[in-house]
Order: sequence, then structure tokens, then C-alpha cells
Amino acid sequence: MELTTFWFILIAVLWIGYLVLEGFDFGVGMLMAVLANDDRERRVLLNTIGPVWDANEVWLIVAGGATFAAFPEWYATLFSGFYLPLLLILVALIVRIIGIEFRSKRPDASWRRRCDAAIVFGSALPALLWGVALANIVRGVPIDADKEYVGGLFDLLNPYGLLGGLVTLSLFFVHGAFFVGLKTVGEIRERAISLGLGAGVVAGALLTLFVVWTAGRDGSIAVWILGLLVLAAFALGMTNAVGRRDGWAFGGTAVAIGLLVVTLFAALFPDVMVSSLDPAWSLTTTNAASTSYTLTIMSWVAVAFTPIVLIYQTWSYWVFRRRIGVHHIPG
Amino acid sequence: MEVLELARWQFGITTVYHFFFVPLTIGLSVLVAMMQTVWWRTGDERWLRLTKFFGKLFLINFAMGIATGIVQEFQFGMNWSDYSRFVGDIFGAPLAIEGLLAFFLESTFLGLWIFGWDRLKPGVHLACIWIAAAGTVLSAYFILAANSFMQNPVGYTLNAEKGRAELTDFGAVLTNKVLTVTFPHQIFGCFMVAGAFVAGVALWHIMHRSDGDGAFRSALRMGAVVLLVSGIGTIISGDFQGKVMTEVQPMKMAAAEGLYDDAKPAPFSVLTIGTLDGTEEVFKLEVPKVLSFLGTGSFDGQVRGIDSLQDEYEQTYGPGDYSPNIPVTYWTFRLMITTGGLAMAAGALMLWATRRGRTPRSRWMLRAAIVLPLLPMVANSFGWIFTEMGRQPWVVFGLMPTASGVSPSTSVAEVATSLATFTALYGVLAVIEVRLLLRYVKAGLPELEPPTDPDDADAPLAFAY
Repeated sequence: MELTTFWFILIAVLWIGYLVLEGFDFGVGMLMAVLANDDRERRVLLNTIGPVWDANEVWLIVAGGATFAAFPEWYATLFSGFYLPLLLILVALIVRIIGIEFRSKRPDASWRRRCDAAIVFGSALPALLWGVALANIVRGVPIDADKEYVGGLFDLLNPYGLLGGLVTLSLFFVHGAFFVGLKTVGEIRERAISLGLGAGVVAGALLTLFVVWTAGRDGSIAVWILGLLVLAAFALGMTNAVGRRDGWAFGGTAVAIGLLVVTLFAALFPDVMVSSLDPAWSLTTTNAASTSYTLTIMSWVAVAFTPIVLIYQTWSYWVFRRRIGVHHIPG
Repeated sequence: MEVLELARWQFGITTVYHFFFVPLTIGLSVLVAMMQTVWWRTGDERWLRLTKFFGKLFLINFAMGIATGIVQEFQFGMNWSDYSRFVGDIFGAPLAIEGLLAFFLESTFLGLWIFGWDRLKPGVHLACIWIAAAGTVLSAYFILAANSFMQNPVGYTLNAEKGRAELTDFGAVLTNKVLTVTFPHQIFGCFMVAGAFVAGVALWHIMHRSDGDGAFRSALRMGAVVLLVSGIGTIISGDFQGKVMTEVQPMKMAAAEGLYDDAKPAPFSVLTIGTLDGTEEVFKLEVPKVLSFLGTGSFDGQVRGIDSLQDEYEQTYGPGDYSPNIPVTYWTFRLMITTGGLAMAAGALMLWATRRGRTPRSRWMLRAAIVLPLLPMVANSFGWIFTEMGRQPWVVFGLMPTASGVSPSTSVAEVATSLATFTALYGVLAVIEVRLLLRYVKAGLPELEPPTDPDDADAPLAFAY
């Protein structure tokens, strides 16, 4: 396999890791607004992701760094082109982190309300905007012969991009609800799954539309098959949620999100950013890539260390495997 | 203002701000690990209470570090896309490796440490904070490798066709001579920040008589000794740095001293009142021959001046102004040394004032306790402002001018929006952060909760958000 293809796959893997993991963090964040009835319940929700959310977010940092290292042109065009959405994402992530970390550091209700607002806003906005961004990368945006993005903010807010955003927003919401179903005990667990199932109907409809649109635009058999697998995984998650098999329900949405990233990257390949002005101006795995020397070194580092990261991150999920409920929340 | 100026201001503001939290994170993670180790070895509960107390302050600081950290990675692409295109083949690798090797380690094991008090065996739990601390030090190494390439490009070749620098020797990038002197200087700088922080907070409690069992007295000694030892390390590594800088970036050294003419031997300028180029000199204090020693290791060595370097660079690179902003470099260099030196003096004074169980009463000592944690922190800021401003007009020394690195497609409105947004947001966060830190500093040592039964599935969490 070409090294550039290997790195394209690896970056897809990093996005899978990021969106599957932080996807449920975002979902739990949004649930703070609608699922929890009191402070204690909100703390239950927050503590389901407490020990792991930060490491989940590192997947994004590594995805960004890997794109910079392996495809500098992609990194440069994407980050300078999608300027305002990325600024909004940064602001959202910052206030969310502060909300999560500092919420319980002060007892007063007004402080905690403000932190809750920060967490909800900081979870919902990136959940929406990552979908908009990914859909637009695949759909194509105005990129000129110098590999510069020449569009504005509103070029990204097209129907396909917005649908992509609504898909990730609703999918992460359901994913978060099933995660809460898996990680809690008591009444809140029941409510989480019911809410997830209700939202899942909307998410499923949006997802179906998006998958069909994506596969229809692309036209290849592979993307159609992948798209159908996304829908199958999501349906499996929903069915298992009905049967209250929490692990399988969560596994279903996790696989659906992962396969959705695979579908989008498969539709994108061998481009990394499509130019809507002229296909010849698209960024590809070849014309956006670093030298094979750099890619070789990076490959060795990735092959050696990614399994280690996966092992200790899995171990941390194992350490905190126990379900929590309102009676576990101290003071 | 142009995109260039706005982008530079944004980089300066967001990076200096982010770097208020980084040295404390690196240094304090190790100091907290040391405190927990003492408790683990001796069973002395005072050290457990200190671990929990400083651990809490550490986490408040760490949260700000990660919140402001993502911006750092994103803004290379957002505001400096042509820079990213030019150096990505070299600069991206240490950044990606920093994430994969260091940030995962740091975040995962800190999560385990924070929430794992009742979930892990004491030895495993202790190992978690040490692993997280190792992650923070590792991250410093890789990000400094990236920065050192900007100061002294090595291990690359220029590809004229693609208009970029390409990596030819990754080993050379990881053993860049600027990196090998900057890394120890920076790590010692981090320990000065953490040592001063621990010592200052501890003295404040001792003077407020809120140190019932003598725990803060032990913390003060630990912090002050770390501050003094790492202060000495900072001076020695800084001396090595001066020599490397004189060799690879002579203009930066000349700018640090406001030295316009070649000098052999060169005097060290302590203080100048008036303009630095000597046109309106009011007062000047110099120590003969010392700059020669700092720059070359010999009291009679030659140190190049700004004017002759300017002539040389015009020959090499074509017409242009190749000197950085002289007042900024001259004064930040002096402020770095002064604030670092004052911190060491205050640390020594604190050790003396608390010798053999004494409790100082002087108002000045209390003020020193409050100011001390800030001194090495601003010394770090001044040092970095000096290093980065002293590299100007280059973003990669000798290869790419800063003006060429800025994003061509980004508008003034976009950069102005993000600059205003981050400045306002960071201002609000600073108020929140300082209030929280003061609240938890004043709260003092926490009472220890009886450990819960690890097999009791209904026991409350040892730590919860």
C-alpha cells in the first residue's frame, strides 16, 4: 500500500476514535439540559464521562497533528478555509472544558447553572459543526488553483452540509443517551434509554437521508454498502435499546458513527478536499502529502505507539466500568 | 491593521496566556507526585493532605491549560497556513508525536489519578501521577523540538519546486543544539514556577497560623529547595543557551544587549536609560567583558553587533531590516533575569526566616509570599517573548520571513474577530481561575475522609465532579 493511502486511513481512524468517543461526551453534555431533573442527577451525568472525557478529546489533537504532519496542504487549506466554524468550535470546547472542570468547585446554584449552560452549548455546537465540516469536505468547497479556500461562511451552510451537521448532532445525542444507559443505575437509566429511543427515530430518519444522499452523489458500490452498514448498525443499536441490552445498544451507535466516518472517507478518497470549482484543483492524498521520508518515520511511530495508547485507554475504561447512580454522588 | 499584525498579536496573546498554565502543570505534577510518594513511603498523613491540597490547585490550573491548548494547534493552520505548508513536512511530526506519546499519557493517567483513589491499589495509583508527570515533560521535549527548528533549522533540504522545506534527518531535528540547551532551561524554569508556587502558598498558611500540624512547613522547605536548585539549573543551562544563541542567532544576542557595533571584548549591559542605540543616552551601566564570556566562553571573545550583522544579512538575503524590535528584546531579556533572580532570593529568604521552627511576622514577608509564585511565571513569559521576538523578522530563521507565513485567504475581519473573541474570553477565564485558586488556597488542607470499601458497589465516589 502507498504510504499516503496508509496515512489517509490512519487519519480516518483518528477521526473514528475522536467522534465515537467524544461523540458520547457531547451527547452526555446535551443531556444535561433535558434528562437531569436536579443537581444530583446532573452530577451523575457529568461523572459518567468524568475520568475519560479529556483523553477522548486528545484524539482530536492527534488527528489535527497527524493531518499537519502527513498532509500539510490539507491542514493548511482546511484550517484557514473553515476559519469561523473552527473558531466557534474552539470557543465551544473551551467553555465546555471550564464548565465540566469547575462546575463542582463552587456550591452556589447560579454558578452551576452557568456551567451547565456552558456544557450544553459547548457540546451541542461542536456536535453540529463537525458534521457540517465533514460533509462539506466530501461535497466540495470553493478551492482555487493555489489550494486556497475562496468561499465564505455561507458556502458551508448548504443543504447537504447542514444535513450532515444535524446527523452528527442527533446521532451523538442518541449515542450519549445509550452511554448513560450503560453507565448508570436507577431511574435515570430508564429515562436515558427512553429519551435515546425517541430521539433515535429522528436521528435514524436524518441518517438514512444523509447516507442515501452521500452514496447517491458518489455512486460507487462500496459507498452504498458502507452506507447500508451504517444504517444496519444504527438499527441494531436501537433494537437492542428496546430490549434494554445497554452494551449492545451503545455498541450499535458506536459502530454506526465509526462506519459513517468510514463511508465519508471512502467517498472522499483519493481526494482529501474536493474543489467545487474545478476537480483538477482538489487536494489529493498525493498532492497534499509530506515526503515519504516523513511519512515513513511517522508510520513507525504510529505503529509502535497506537496499540499502547489503545491498551491503556481501554484499561482506564475498565477501571471505571462500574455504573453510578445518585447515591454515589458525595455531599 | 493588516492580517499579519493581527495574527501576530493573536499568537502572542494566546500563547503567552496558555503558557501561564503550562510550566505550573509540568512542575507541579512532579511535586505532587513527590508528595504522594513521601506519604506512600512513610504513611505520614500530612503528606497525603498536602497531596490532595496541591493536587486540587494543580487540577484547577491544568483545566485552564487544556482549555487554552487546542487553540495553539489550530491557529498554525488558521492564521499561518503558508507557514504550515512550508514547514509541515518537518514541524508537523513532533506535533503529532507530542499528541500521540505525551498528551494521551497525560490525560488518561491524570483521569485515573483524579478519579481512581478508591479504584486502584495505592502503588498503582501513585504510578498514575508519575506517568502523567512524565507525559508533561515529554510534551515539552517535542514541542521544543518543533520550536528549535524555527530558531535553528537543521535536518532539512529546500524543495524549490514545491516551495517548502523537507525533512532529511529526523535525528538532527530531535538533537538540534538549540533543543538540547532549551529543554533543560525550560524544565528547570517549570520547576522554579512550581517550587515558588508551593513555597509561597505554604508560607502564606504558616504566617496565617493555619498550619496546625506542620505540614505546610515541610511543603515550604520542599518548594523553596526545588526553587533554589532549579534556579541554579536555570542559570547554568541559560549560560549554555547564550553560547548557542551567539553562534546560531547572533542577531538575537546583539539585540538582547542593544549592541550595535562589533565588540571584542564585549561588555554586559546591566541597565540603560535613554534610547538603546546611543543617540540619547542618559545613563548606562555596563560590566566589562562579561558579554564576551556569556556569548563565547572567553572574556576576550568577539560578539557581533547589530549593524555589522545587518550588513551581512543584506548581502545574504537581499535588502531589508533584519534586526528585531530592540527595546522589546533588550528589556524582556533583563526582566527575565531579574524576576528569576528575585524569585531565588525570595526563596532563600523564606528558608532563612522559617529556620528551626521560626514563624516570620513581617508584613513584607507576607507580601513576598503572595508575589513569589508570580515571579518565575512572568520570568517564563519574558523569556519566551524574548526568544520569539528576538527571532524576528523570521518565522523560520533564515528560511521564511514571518510576513510570508500568514494565511493568504484569511481576511482582516476574520482574524480581528478571533483576536477579540479570544482576548475577551481569556480575560473572563482569568478572573474565574484566579478566584477559584484563591478560594482553594485559603481553604487550606482538606480533612481526610475514611477510605471506602473497594468492594462496596454502593459507596459514594471518592472524587466526583
